[in-house]
Amino acid sequence: MIKSRRQFITKTLALGTYGITITTGILHSPIVAAKWLKQRFILSDYDETIAHLFNGETLIDNHNKIKISRLPRIAENGAVVPIKISSHFEKITKIYILVKNNPHPLSAEFEISPAIEAEVSARLKMAKTSEVVVIVEADGKYYRRLKKVKVSIGGCGG
Amino acid sequence: MSSIKIRTKRLNGNTQIRTLITHPMENGRNRDEQNNFIPAHHILELWVEHNHVKIISCNMAGSISKNPYFDFLLKGGEIGDTVTISWIDNLGQSDSKNQLIK
Repeated sequence: MIKSRRQFITKTLALGTYGITITTGILHSPIVAAKWLKQRFILSDYDETIAHLFNGETLIDNHNKIKISRLPRIAENGAVVPIKISSHFEKITKIYILVKNNPHPLSAEFEISPAIEAEVSARLKMAKTSEVVVIVEADGKYYRRLKKVKVSIGGCGG
Repeated sequence: MSSIKIRTKRLNGNTQIRTLITHPMENGRNRDEQNNFIPAHHILELWVEHNHVKIISCNMAGSISKNPYFDFLLKGGEIGDTVTISWIDNLGQSDSKNQLIK
């Protein structure tokens, strides 16, 4: 039971902090963050995705400091298309991988800290023959490189 | 059993981190035998920590292959350092694994 005014105040304060902890806990849970992140991955148009991601920034095309390897010219199976990206830019912060003709073009987005040598590889799914687009963000500038991949069997359903 | 496999290898003073994750990566567009859509179930975020400091994170969609494979090259890295890889998917499942650099 609450007997004195002092006790009442301490108890309300304690409950208040508890409440704040609960709410912030929910707000900061990874699920909420992840759902918010998902937004740009569900856009279904390539140009729209580019506009959403880069907000009208100019993309510098075909820079030879971006190297795409392991990506086959003809992929027999669209369900597993390997790609390796390496780059010699200083201060790389992000690498995006997009597949132009996929139902949702944005495939992956890497956030890179300076502790990483800019070399990542992954495996993509491709619905049909398409250009694979790699965009590297370095020092506030965006560099783009395209490579076409022919797909014999689709990977994204159908 | 953990869903994450990690292999580390020292390469010219750098460390290569390779990882293979067991995950269906359904994008919600495939159909089962009864011609119903298989609900989407894919990883949303994967992140790698080196000695408990986040070094790279990857947001992805269902268009990454089933049982995704990634490799990264870490600058430096000493024998005995810990590498942690964690992921979370759209159904809220997650997993994490620690590995010492050999």
